Amino acid sequence: MAAPPSVTTTEVLSGTQASAPYLVVFEDVVLAFEDTPVLNGISFRLSKGETKAIFGVAGSGKSTILKLTLGLLKPDSGHIYVLGEEITERKEEDLFELRRRIGMVFQESALFDSLTVRENVAFRLLEEGNVTEEQVDRPVREVLSFVELENTVDMYPSELSGGMRRRVAIARAMITRPELMLYDSPTGGLDPVTSTTIIELIIKQRDVFKTSSLLVTHRLQDAFMMATHYFDRKSNHMQPLPPGMRSEVPMGFLILRDGKIIFDGGLGELVHTQDEYIREYIS
Amino acid sequence: MELVSPADFAKDAVHAVQDYTLLAVQSVGNLFRHPRYYADMLYQADQIGFGSLPIVVLTGLSIGAELALNSANTLQRFGSLSLIGQLVSVGMVRELGPIITGLMVAGRNASGMASELGSMRVTEQIDAMRALGTDPMKKLVTPRVAATVFMLFFLTIISDLLGLFGGALISNLLFRMDWHQYWSTSWQILVFQDVFMGLLKPVLFGFVIATIGCYYGMTARGGTQGVGRATTQAVVASSVLILVVDLLVTKLLMTIFAYQ
Repeated sequence: MAAPPSVTTTEVLSGTQASAPYLVVFEDVVLAFEDTPVLNGISFRLSKGETKAIFGVAGSGKSTILKLTLGLLKPDSGHIYVLGEEITERKEEDLFELRRRIGMVFQESALFDSLTVRENVAFRLLEEGNVTEEQVDRPVREVLSFVELENTVDMYPSELSGGMRRRVAIARAMITRPELMLYDSPTGGLDPVTSTTIIELIIKQRDVFKTSSLLVTHRLQDAFMMATHYFDRKSNHMQPLPPGMRSEVPMGFLILRDGKIIFDGGLGELVHTQDEYIREYIS
Repeated sequence: MELVSPADFAKDAVHAVQDYTLLAVQSVGNLFRHPRYYADMLYQADQIGFGSLPIVVLTGLSIGAELALNSANTLQRFGSLSLIGQLVSVGMVRELGPIITGLMVAGRNASGMASELGSMRVTEQIDAMRALGTDPMKKLVTPRVAATVFMLFFLTIISDLLGLFGGALISNLLFRMDWHQYWSTSWQILVFQDVFMGLLKPVLFGFVIATIGCYYGMTARGGTQGVGRATTQAVVASSVLILVVDLLVTKLLMTIFAYQ
């Protein structure tokens, strides 16, 4: 098993925000709901440009890690650094500025059902205020074109299929070109073909914009696909990487069990692990 | 139904009061902080104010008419039918106008707020809003509270006037009372204290309705069943609180103004 790397506060906060060595750092994070422990001493770090897939059985605290990263939940103890800033003790109102630099795709999309696709995608821009119609429409068209849903602008979320809703959620999250993307089971409940479309979009986002991301998923094949494919701009589709180049994809894997991290490493380490639980999990 | 120990029940109750107080304080405090959502306030004012107008018109009119009808028989026995305008006027302005309008708006809007915000809560839309860098308290709660307080004030005035008109109709059509006499006695009996009491109450009731509706919505959990529960609780709690606040305010103002 690859041991979770340790990191010091000085390391996290050294340098400017743009050159911060790690975008996300968890240091010995503990969280319990009522009397049930969910995370028990979690430590990991996400480097700039890296994508980390988080696995674990249902209820192992995968989505909780994303909510902690956004400051939607507070840990009972430990420290969390996001984009070079410690958020552990921050008040809710002091987190809104930081959250505008992060994109989050929720498990069930969480689109605002009383707003149209355009209003959902433009939500962040409209909230910033003092923007003209043109300043809103152009980026909305761009991101909807990125997720290939240009024709849904005036539709409501209830009129879209599950896969389309996920793609709109991705468009909404990426409209302000966030430095960090958080995906909470983006392929959950979707058919295999639609799941592949969503994963292709995430790979496209990773390779075109070089955005760092944390990806929670139940589907191991999604993460393997991300580790073994790249986005080819010419064909506008993902393509498999030659075996020798797979190590060049900045992709990490994190496996949770009983509130602890039992694996934190790359694809090579994962497929050659001797840990029986992990071998059974990935088989 | 799951049994809860008295200690846990008390803890939950204290926790709920604490959360409600925080929400109520923040909803007012946000009026003095940026950003302010004027467009959302206008939209809510339209939904709450103009949306409630038909029900307020109907209840105001019928309550005034019923008040006149019920009191006319008693007044006739003492040969004091001319006092009917005074009775309807004081009853509507001081007590019935605010309370009936408050209860009607609570039934319509506290439930609406609880179900709307509750649905957003259970489908993670509230979390999504926070994740997008927007404060749901400022965007969702404060506009509803401000709009309800503002619109209930004017809805109550409309209800009072229509109540008086309903009383006038009954007095004139059934008891052949002179229109002019009815309106002049209705107007003359009112003193500053009556009007002040009648206009302070809707402000407090509006605050109660909106904060209770938003509180139950923002704390809803447990899927569609939880949203249904939150909606019912919001209507019950806001209606009961309106009656309690009405009693306390009436007693307090009567003491302050040394009413006879």
